[in-house]
Amino acid sequence: MTATESGVELRSAASPAGTDQLDVLESEAIHVMREVAGEFDRPVILFSGGKDSMLLVHLAHKAFWPAPIPFPVLHVDTGHNFDEVIEFRDAVVERYGLTLEVASVQDYIDDGRLSERADGTRNPLQTTPLLDAIADHRHDAVFGGGRRDEERARAKERIFSLRTAFGAWEPSRQRPELWNLYNGRHKPGEHVRVFPLSNWTELDVWRYIQREEIDLPTIYYAHTRDVFARDGMWLTSGPWGGPRDGEEVITKSVRYRTVGDGSCTGAVESTATTLDEVLAEVRESRLTERGATRADDRLSEAAMEDRKKEGYF
Amino acid sequence: MTDLLRLATAGSVDDGKSTLVGRLLYDTKSVLADQLEAVERASKSADGEPDLSLLVDGLRSEREQGITIDVAYRYFATPRRSFVLADTPGHVQYTRNTVTGASTAQLAVLLVDARHGVVEQTRRHAAVMALLRVPRLVLAVNKIDLVDYDEATYLTIAKEFRDHTAALGYGEDTVVTIPVSAKKGDNVVLASDRTPWYDGPTLLDHLESVPVDGPDDTAPFRFPVQTVIRPRSAEYPDYRGYAGLVAAGSVSVGDEVVVLPDGQRTTVEGIDRYTSALDSASAGDSVVLRLAHDLGIARGAVITAAGSAPDPVTEFTATLAWLHDKPLTPGRRLLVKHGTHTVQAMITAVEDRLDIQTLALDADPGTLEINDIGHVAITVAEPLPLDDYDTVAATGSFLVIDPQAGDTLAAGLVGRPLVTTPVDA
Repeated sequence: MTATESGVELRSAASPAGTDQLDVLESEAIHVMREVAGEFDRPVILFSGGKDSMLLVHLAHKAFWPAPIPFPVLHVDTGHNFDEVIEFRDAVVERYGLTLEVASVQDYIDDGRLSERADGTRNPLQTTPLLDAIADHRHDAVFGGGRRDEERARAKERIFSLRTAFGAWEPSRQRPELWNLYNGRHKPGEHVRVFPLSNWTELDVWRYIQREEIDLPTIYYAHTRDVFARDGMWLTSGPWGGPRDGEEVITKSVRYRTVGDGSCTGAVESTATTLDEVLAEVRESRLTERGATRADDRLSEAAMEDRKKEGYF
Repeated sequence: MTDLLRLATAGSVDDGKSTLVGRLLYDTKSVLADQLEAVERASKSADGEPDLSLLVDGLRSEREQGITIDVAYRYFATPRRSFVLADTPGHVQYTRNTVTGASTAQLAVLLVDARHGVVEQTRRHAAVMALLRVPRLVLAVNKIDLVDYDEATYLTIAKEFRDHTAALGYGEDTVVTIPVSAKKGDNVVLASDRTPWYDGPTLLDHLESVPVDGPDDTAPFRFPVQTVIRPRSAEYPDYRGYAGLVAAGSVSVGDEVVVLPDGQRTTVEGIDRYTSALDSASAGDSVVLRLAHDLGIARGAVITAAGSAPDPVTEFTATLAWLHDKPLTPGRRLLVKHGTHTVQAMITAVEDRLDIQTLALDADPGTLEINDIGHVAITVAEPLPLDDYDTVAATGSFLVIDPQAGDTLAAGLVGRPLVTTPVDA
């Protein structure tokens, strides 16, 4: 991780409330959310139940309090879910009084609009149901939890990111983003992806989760699970399939750094059962969270760039 | 002192800027193992060293062409400070991205190739930094290894840069020059023993120790209203709050304020940050203000300190940095976004255009094209409470937007913030 342990301790200990880096990031994210509320008619928050989307819900709650969150949430459901995450999703919807929209990849496979990939991975299949849901609900702004520190193509992303009527991201059409003046103008049929967490790092996210005591699905903490090794990651069995011939199942103490499609989201070996222990691991990690846990990003050097151009998150 | 420094980097083509940024990330151990492996897989460098520029050139077309097209944001931290780095392209047609990076930067690192010295791009970048009031500059004289670590070469370049930036209004203590080799690592993170004649800081030493110019909370209070919060719930039946980010200055409960453009006066009854009731808030804070009177305030209003409220105007002079392929057409209908208010606008005249090489102003250019900087007369359909950019940057800045396509056409700065003394080219 980028910050050394002493550096982080120094910051959190020495900075009085009001000047901490997390306060700067929180104010910036809340400002972005309020701009969207002010300028768009039908925004929606993409909500997977993962930590970054949970952060979006938490920030929206703070941004509009004591009024309720003025946006529904949209879950693109690959059908390859961790049970704990779906339970968590429903509990969050209940707690904040949210409207839940679900775009189901399984429905598309069942009626033939999409077909299962040979490798069984469903992450790339999410794009079509996502874009259809955006069009059906006429969403003009779509909040995502993407961060620029995640991946090289994301490092070039704007906070307000224009998508064509086909949902496509066109790097050359990206608008210059000046000061904190965001330009949300778009033509009918186009929409804007909005990334309030753009300037957060993985470590910032975990420090903020700790500071704000934000609940997360239990799979973010170490637990015992039957796993098998594939492509250098620990995958788990599920409705999406299990070990192939020669892939040995082992019981390990693991946790997840990201929550995604079960077929391609890997666990990391961990004994971190508390937030403090997770933070310590994040600080010492020598792998990015995507590199450590996402098979889909390993497809090619430009895997994320290609998926973004098609309209992916 | 704050613990977060926002900086921008800019350089001409082939100055090795991506390699310098890659070197900063690499030597501060901000590069994680899988990223480094990806770079090593993709590296085509003949000498077998990883090509550090691949760490930052994110898009496929950038890697294929070996250039940086789009502004990229990088995050790294040391025990002393965290950094948000806007890595902006040097290619002439991408200067708009330099403007973007500069608009939020507290410090800019400009690069030159020691073999070529200060070139037109360097002058252009320095002028953009000066225009946008980036408070501090660093000149990294890169590829010092390729001039055999020659002190005289470095001193000549450093003096030329200092002369240029002085003409742009930079004081001597706000400009630092450093001889570096991004490829070899000299004076980026580690001090080099191959430049014994240089006794200044390494680039990272400087970035870690330079004073950070935070949001200006000594400026007059400015608060563009983003949205009105009215829950009308059983628990909060009468709650009415005005949500926004304090753009400049500070505000305390009990302060008298004026709401623009209408000019009503009232007092601040409460400042809420989520469930916390605050006594005061200052620049950079997202808060909700409650006022003593119900004035029918909506998004787009600006709450300001009484006594320093600007007079709203419909006609004003501004400096534009033109960012779009489509040139400016005087008289065309446009939009201006100022704070949280977007109004119809028309540019009635282009008064002059900056010659980036000589810093002279050419009168009556007729238009502004992409990458041009010039002064214009603007008329807007509704009065705007503007400040001069050099007084209150946050409420002295605006966007010019194409009403049909929605594209951002120009970055606007109220008044004539660019102070230059023309120099001989």
